[in-house]
Amino acid sequence: MLAVEHVSKAFAGVQALDDVNVEIGANEVVGLVGENGAGKSTLMRILAGVYSPDRGSLKLDGAQVLLKSPREANLNGIGIVFQEQSLLLNLTVGENIYLGQEAEFTRLGLVNRRRMNAAARRQLAKVEVDIDPDTRTSELSFAARQMVELAKALALEERTEKHLIILLDEPTSVLEQRDIEILFARVRALKRRASFVFVSHRLDEILALSDRIYVMKDGRVVGHMEAGSTTVPQLHQMMVGRDRHAEYYRESRQGPPREEIVMEARDLSVTGAYRKVDFVLHRGEVLGIAGVVGSGREELTRTLFGFVPQSSGTLLIDGHEVRLTVPSQAADHGVGYIPRERRTEGLVLSLPLAVNVTLSKLPTSRITGAIRLSREIQLAKSWVDKLHIRTPGVEALCLNLSGGNQQKVVLAKWMNARAHILILDHPTRGLDVGAKEEVYELIRDLSEEGVSIILTADTLEETIGLCHSILVMRDGKVTARFDASPGRKPSQVDLIQHMV
Amino acid sequence: MEPRKVPPSADSGTPQIRSPELGGRNAKLSLNRLKRYAPFFALIALSLLIGAMNPRFFEFNNLIRVANSASIPLVLSLGMTFVILLGSIDLSVEGVLAIGAVLISLLVRNNGNGFDLGWSAVVLAILACSGIGFLNGAIHVGLRIPSFMVTLGMWFIGVGVATLILGGSTVRVLDKGIRSIALDRPMGFFPIAVWVALGALGITWVIERQTRIGRYIYAIGGGEDLAALSGIPVKRVKIIVFMIAGTLYGLGGLLSAAQLGQGNALIGSGRLFSTVTAVVVGGTALTGGEGGVLNTLVGVMIMAVLGNGMVLLGISPDVQQGVQGVLIIVAVALSLDRARLKIVK
Repeated sequence: MLAVEHVSKAFAGVQALDDVNVEIGANEVVGLVGENGAGKSTLMRILAGVYSPDRGSLKLDGAQVLLKSPREANLNGIGIVFQEQSLLLNLTVGENIYLGQEAEFTRLGLVNRRRMNAAARRQLAKVEVDIDPDTRTSELSFAARQMVELAKALALEERTEKHLIILLDEPTSVLEQRDIEILFARVRALKRRASFVFVSHRLDEILALSDRIYVMKDGRVVGHMEAGSTTVPQLHQMMVGRDRHAEYYRESRQGPPREEIVMEARDLSVTGAYRKVDFVLHRGEVLGIAGVVGSGREELTRTLFGFVPQSSGTLLIDGHEVRLTVPSQAADHGVGYIPRERRTEGLVLSLPLAVNVTLSKLPTSRITGAIRLSREIQLAKSWVDKLHIRTPGVEALCLNLSGGNQQKVVLAKWMNARAHILILDHPTRGLDVGAKEEVYELIRDLSEEGVSIILTADTLEETIGLCHSILVMRDGKVTARFDASPGRKPSQVDLIQHMV
Repeated sequence: MEPRKVPPSADSGTPQIRSPELGGRNAKLSLNRLKRYAPFFALIALSLLIGAMNPRFFEFNNLIRVANSASIPLVLSLGMTFVILLGSIDLSVEGVLAIGAVLISLLVRNNGNGFDLGWSAVVLAILACSGIGFLNGAIHVGLRIPSFMVTLGMWFIGVGVATLILGGSTVRVLDKGIRSIALDRPMGFFPIAVWVALGALGITWVIERQTRIGRYIYAIGGGEDLAALSGIPVKRVKIIVFMIAGTLYGLGGLLSAAQLGQGNALIGSGRLFSTVTAVVVGGTALTGGEGGVLNTLVGVMIMAVLGNGMVLLGISPDVQQGVQGVLIIVAVALSLDRARLKIVK
């Protein structure tokens, strides 16, 4: 019915989708699985009319269609229930369901609220929820809002002749188990009215709900099968794909960490994010944290840099018990944070390299408190040499540097502030292969010098290749720990079965 | 159609969802709801307090006086309400009002020139103010300049133009019709100006509650990206909102000219501050999407009652101004707290 044919899409040089073919039949649930960054969300957004493909086409009932906006997708019967919910909390449920569609209830310029609410009630009945359309959306629970989104998507039925296709983009990530079961029951019941495309990180959910499954990896469809004929381990294997290349990650340079413990967590918890996490970080160790979105790993790293203080448990840095409530406290304890969004969170792009390097620790005169500008230049130069930053000079503006070199400036900033524990949040995101290798090289250098690193990486390969030990998290709990010293590295399948 | 009468779906064994089970409104949210009525309770408490300290507050003629003093602020604040609901701000109140008032006083029978256009002068002047509002909106969305800057400029342009037209002098309005707006009290009750303000309240209330524009104002204030993705003509809505605001400032100009019996370029002095204060004190959030014209009515009344009360209690005007300043800060602090509650939940 809806066919995706040879669709490719690139963002700033990164191939997000590469010659993807997917078919969606009438009255079926199509499951879509893949690691973070495999291209699932990009595909969903193309189907929803948010992005348009660079190459390839979409065919609806055999005829080619161009979806230039979400509205056009709607008119072709395609609705989406976004992962991050798309309801306006300050409007009522009824107003949300018909947002942008008030014309059909308007006479002489006046919107007939009663008729609109009656129609909204009809949509809500389709998903069998009994919510008053006059309720403010902010007063509903997440689960109820999800149902409202579903009802909103179903309202498309009355505006289009086309068969309805509803895209569910990780709808379960914010729901409790009981609510997930209710959602699934609704989707099964609604199969007679619509087709569904279902994206989830949880493979058991995919197997439970889908009729057919597509597996994606690195922007390509690497597998396609009936849900009945596959198993979770088989899906794991397909999601992971090829083997790791040891030298790429400089594994020969991976020495054993030192004895000294620099950071330790005991029963660390943040309500609603993760529970009872324990780990020990040695001097010079690279500790990887693996987990899918929603596993609690992002929140855990944020706790270590003082964005989200723990609600219970103990955190020790260099043997001192600490509770970090603001990032500057973490910095005082020698913790540095290399954010994922280096362009907005890591650097002041409009300022020169030298100013960025000394941002966290300015060389000031002890007497007057004034910045010692010549010392600043000197410091910056030494870091440029040490980290091999390619730049026309220390006065160059950071926005003129390449991604890899920008990343090095962020590192230099923390090294200059004498950070001995670095939290690397997706340090190679958006970098090309060469720049990635330089970052790997740098991680080894830092490790040899005795800097400890906590790494959340883009891929499992990277995690396994770079780390001394790995913590795997799922649903806010540590589900496995691996020793990843050279020769004893776990496989990706080892990791992924504890992640999903 | 009632939801419960729907025939059960194919697999009817699934649990039925009821809003208490799934929707569970928790206690903090009803506290939130209570807070939304806080300005109204504050108004009542304030009135009772002032009434207790000086019983003359509740005398018929004093209440008329309060209503009269609220009429111009109400008209202006109604226009500002929609702009603030969008999450924007309009600082051009005093400039637009001055142009409206000056145009009216020059085009009706006056002591400065020979014009005597009567009511058509009023229409012309208010249309001119709508035009300035349109310009505010068009420049804001067209050139993507923050509304704050556009309207700040327009404020000074407005005052400048009004000064230029009048050559810095003052012109007296001799038109009996215009003067009657402020002076006549039909059936011995409110002056016409109050009825005009109430009419504006009614119309804006209908716009807010019953029209697509009203709905879209809330949608944009609640989440502009999402509103645009839903196919809402965001730019057009914004321009219309600034036009409505300009129109109401023009109406405010008419009432001001009628009240003072004259037009001059500084006729709007001090109005911007009291307008924004009234809207915010009424509970409309500066971040947009929360509040409305009824909130603004309450906010304007709080300001009017407070002003009247301080006069009755013999508090000096300097202190009154300070109290207004404290009020706006407290109101913003409270509305911020409210927003935080929504996130903490």
